[in-house]
Amino acid sequence: MHSLAGYIFKRNESALVVAVLLTVIVFSLSSPYFLTIPNFVNLIEAWSVTTILAAGAFVVLVSGGIDISFTATVAATQYLAATLMARHGYPPALALGLSAALGIAMGSINALLTHYLRVVSIIVTIATGSIYYALLIFITNAEEIYNLPDWWSNRAASFKFELASGDTVRITMSIMVMVVVVLMTHHLMNRTRIGRQVYALGGNPEAASRIGIGVLRVQLLAYGYLGFLSFVAGFIQASRVQQAVPTAMAGQELNVLAVAILGGASLVGGLGSVGGVVLAVLFLAMLQNGLTLVGVSSYFFGVVIGLAILVSISMTSLADKHAHRWHRPRANR
Amino acid sequence: MNTANPHTDRSAPLLSLDGIGKRFGGTIALSNIHWSIQPGELHCLVGENGSGKSTLIKILAGVHTPDTGGTITFDGVRHTRLTPQEAKALGIQVIFQDLSLFPNLTVLENIAIDLELDSPLRLPPRRAMRDAAKEALASLDADLPLDVRVGSLSVAQRQLVAICRGLATNARILFMDEPTASLTRHEVELLLSTVRRLKEMGVAVVFVSHRLEEVVEVADHVTVLRDGHKVGTYPANEINEHRLTELMTGESILHEVNARQLEDRRPALEVRGATRTDEFEDVSFTLHAGEILSIIGLLGAGRTELALSLFGMTRLQRGEILLNGEPLHLKSNQDAIEAGIAYVSEDRLSLGVNLKQPISDNVAITVLDRLAGALGLVSPRSRSQLAEEWVERLGIRAANVAAAVQTLSGGNQQRVVLAKWLATNPKVLILDSPTVGVDVRNKQGIYDVVRELASEGVAILLISDEVPEVYFHSDRILHMRDGRIAGEFTPGVASDHALSEALYA
Amino acid sequence: MNRSSPNADGGARLTAQLDSMIAALRQGTSNIVGLILLLAVLVAVFSILMPSTFPRATSLQSMMFQIPELGLLSLAMSIALISGGINLAVIATANLSGLLMAWILTGVMPADASGFELGLWVVGAFAAGLVLSIVVGVVTGLLVAFLGVHPILVTLGTMTLLHGLAIYFTRGRTISGFPDAVIAISNETVLGIPVSFLVFTLIVVLAHVLLTRTELGVRIHMIGSNLEATRYSGVNTRRVQVWVYVLSSVLCWLAAVIMMSRFNSAGADIAQSYLLITVLAAVLGGIDPYGGFGRVAGLFVALWILQVIASGFNLLNVSPHLGLASWGLILILVMAVKRVAASFNVFPKAGSRQRNAKPATISQSPEDSQ
Repeated sequence: MHSLAGYIFKRNESALVVAVLLTVIVFSLSSPYFLTIPNFVNLIEAWSVTTILAAGAFVVLVSGGIDISFTATVAATQYLAATLMARHGYPPALALGLSAALGIAMGSINALLTHYLRVVSIIVTIATGSIYYALLIFITNAEEIYNLPDWWSNRAASFKFELASGDTVRITMSIMVMVVVVLMTHHLMNRTRIGRQVYALGGNPEAASRIGIGVLRVQLLAYGYLGFLSFVAGFIQASRVQQAVPTAMAGQELNVLAVAILGGASLVGGLGSVGGVVLAVLFLAMLQNGLTLVGVSSYFFGVVIGLAILVSISMTSLADKHAHRWHRPRANR
Repeated sequence: MNTANPHTDRSAPLLSLDGIGKRFGGTIALSNIHWSIQPGELHCLVGENGSGKSTLIKILAGVHTPDTGGTITFDGVRHTRLTPQEAKALGIQVIFQDLSLFPNLTVLENIAIDLELDSPLRLPPRRAMRDAAKEALASLDADLPLDVRVGSLSVAQRQLVAICRGLATNARILFMDEPTASLTRHEVELLLSTVRRLKEMGVAVVFVSHRLEEVVEVADHVTVLRDGHKVGTYPANEINEHRLTELMTGESILHEVNARQLEDRRPALEVRGATRTDEFEDVSFTLHAGEILSIIGLLGAGRTELALSLFGMTRLQRGEILLNGEPLHLKSNQDAIEAGIAYVSEDRLSLGVNLKQPISDNVAITVLDRLAGALGLVSPRSRSQLAEEWVERLGIRAANVAAAVQTLSGGNQQRVVLAKWLATNPKVLILDSPTVGVDVRNKQGIYDVVRELASEGVAILLISDEVPEVYFHSDRILHMRDGRIAGEFTPGVASDHALSEALYA
Repeated sequence: MNRSSPNADGGARLTAQLDSMIAALRQGTSNIVGLILLLAVLVAVFSILMPSTFPRATSLQSMMFQIPELGLLSLAMSIALISGGINLAVIATANLSGLLMAWILTGVMPADASGFELGLWVVGAFAAGLVLSIVVGVVTGLLVAFLGVHPILVTLGTMTLLHGLAIYFTRGRTISGFPDAVIAISNETVLGIPVSFLVFTLIVVLAHVLLTRTELGVRIHMIGSNLEATRYSGVNTRRVQVWVYVLSSVLCWLAAVIMMSRFNSAGADIAQSYLLITVLAAVLGGIDPYGGFGRVAGLFVALWILQVIASGFNLLNVSPHLGLASWGLILILVMAVKRVAASFNVFPKAGSRQRNAKPATISQSPEDSQ
């Protein structure tokens, strides 16, 4: 009995599945609207930008690093694409290509500095984040760009369904891109060699360099990928509000990181799965949605997430201690 | 018993070194090394810290470049130096003490990781990896589940994975650094049978080890290094550990029994029926003031677990501990220290010293409250002064006490640990494997300190797994096995061979 | 015990003592000296660029007005960093504490309170804020000590929770309109020096004494480098960790008092952008992000460096955003310089250079270095 509970909470993903199931049960009993497709599609869509970023942050966490600068990358790439298209009439492919390149470059700089300065990545990215963000606001004057091309809108690029119940459901670009990103990240991390090297680097950095894994190469991939996904997230975010707002994501870094960590990405690296991140997003999204449906003030949601984080880390830690109590102690040096 | 074959054909060596040397700045790490090894040979490399063993291995692994003038000949082909890639391609594999495994990846992935290293975006060849891993495991007759995370395996199992990884990359020669350090006797047997398989396959195996009894027992040949020079290579069945020690240090160390009959047998520490489930059971003994009592046992015997309970880190489930006649109720190690019990941990690097912090604070940490002056302040000066006093008393070789402890050698680090505990004026000093990773020369220094302490009335409990250490430096020996006291020996009355036999039975 | 002691005579002992002192001064001091030089260079540059506006008492005073709040928050962060942890909740703690005090002063205290009664209310409000901070600190410390979870996760949780509570109670609005007495705190000067700066400097001195000359301070450094070894040495590491977060949170309370006074308002989102800056200031000041090392004197100089840049840019009419960008750039430059310097010294911590510096090795133990 003890070990079952210990097992569930030790594997972060299983704990999340339980949490998600509980949430579904509780809220579908409390509100008839909860377990409906339009509602579900809505709540997923609201978290699409966060999911895309959390997938990228997850990759960096697995590699053993932390990147705090990505919100600046979101804003910068978004702004670049918007300016090029709306102000200078660049063709979309070119504008998007350049913005993606900018995102990758900004991430790569983080990788290079972390590698060559030999300073822990959180500090490096605090510095680069400040530089990126400040330069961005300085260059753009924090102005917003409104006249985005028509196709760059969530509603425009979407599929509409009629359900048997008569409701319309809209599968928007946000959702489709989010799904693609999740699948792509899963493929990258589990089905490519370099993805496994990211896990290896996070699991044992000394051994990784010893056996010939190109540490800089893996870091460039991880941080560059986050930079690329930051561009994607910025694109999606602009498509939802139909403007490019440089200050929109400011201060959101820790929230995204919290989601990735709740999803099982360990701070020391080497652990976690995209599935866990998706489950974490599902859990939080349903929690937020359910609470709203039930009538809890949306102002309360921060408290809920904070408690969720504290409860989650307490459970994992207690599960670890339980696991050790039944384990015969060895004098392992 | 040594089942080695001393008549291995020496005419066709797998690997040989001629005139290999290495300087680092002004320090000569290796000088004029001539050495060779046959396929299928088990060779042990012994030498004190600083003798050049590590440098030699790193040169062969391609990490260091040897000075010009020397050659490395592998399979008849000469090289002046090797790159890590060349070494790997030739089949030279080094397994460092930390095994270089990835605890978060599966056994399969760890063994076959080499197949995943190039062509970053391509799919890892799952089928080929599984086949390679299975083949490696099969050749060693090993049975490990492929899809389990390495982090959940025992040390012995992880070692097997590390060896299989070498095999999967077609290792021809395997260097293993202190391979038996964390293994129980049974696991050592398993490792040795694995090594025998490797030998059958023609793979040469080199152990770097400080466990001389073991070395002599299992190796075909032993090479002794001292101060960067090769002292000699000897067939293992023609040498013993005493001779090896002499060769390693260049000195003749006379081992004499130092057991004393104590007149004033005042009990300092009494343990009665101490029990902790799964750790130790019904342990009883009396340690007298001024006595050096040893507890000898192999890994898994429960010695450290017992020590931790005596030190208050864990609670006894049954039984009691009395100090100077008074029962102790230890809720934490702070209680133990206050009562006068000190504990020198077996894990010096992680638990004994605070490596990056200065010597002064390392020494003062146990007695900060006693150093407090006016206003309850503990000046940096008082900490330094305390440390300096102990540096002098214990002969610690340190430039100054503001230096980080990690700048000291192992033996000096251990003296810093002793200093911090002696500063607490303990009545009972528990030493847990105090000379692991310490040079033979420095070991003697530590034994001298211990003996002097005993003569001043401190009760010493020495925990070890080395027969010579306990036999020649204690007054009484308790043998612990599987959590229980299995026997008592008095040095001089019982022979050290009898003790060895009981230990390894 | 020592058969060959070279320190037998008094003269040699004195030399050894001097050596120790010098080496101890060198450790950390070279870092601070470098920072002071950097500060001097910056002051010189800005003075040359604006000879009539920058090097004046008024600009110095203005800087002294601005440093305390970031300074106290950075100090709160630094204590956590030195202990081997981190306190992501510094801003959230300050804000929630500030909101409690603000609520008492505007929502509970009678609007016409004056004189002695007003004084009592103000003191009471401040005491309430202090108690709240201590509670936050104790809870955080207990979680860190007993869960064995890295403080970054614990304080991520407490930060989110505290911020959430603040948002919930204020519905996102700010509270303003404090008594003059409160506002005076950050506006009064003594001999031209702002009271808030004097308080801040006093706190820095106290923190220095605490960290370098008290049992708690030594223990904080030691657990920052190796928690388990320190525990084995008989230190109650859990108690130390609780103290660390209590002290950190109390500093947040002080920062809240200053912020309330300066901005005449309290809210859930005030100074949010400061969080990462506190880490930046700490690391710039030489606090080791891995724990165990760092001098508050270094932090003090680093804060001046950041402020000089900000004020200098302001006087030059350069966008404050470039100032922020420069902060990041300065940190990167300083880290690069340290990296280059470190490559000449094998074991960089706690000091003196080793004459026979052995080359960096793969294995950890110094025994294997040859």
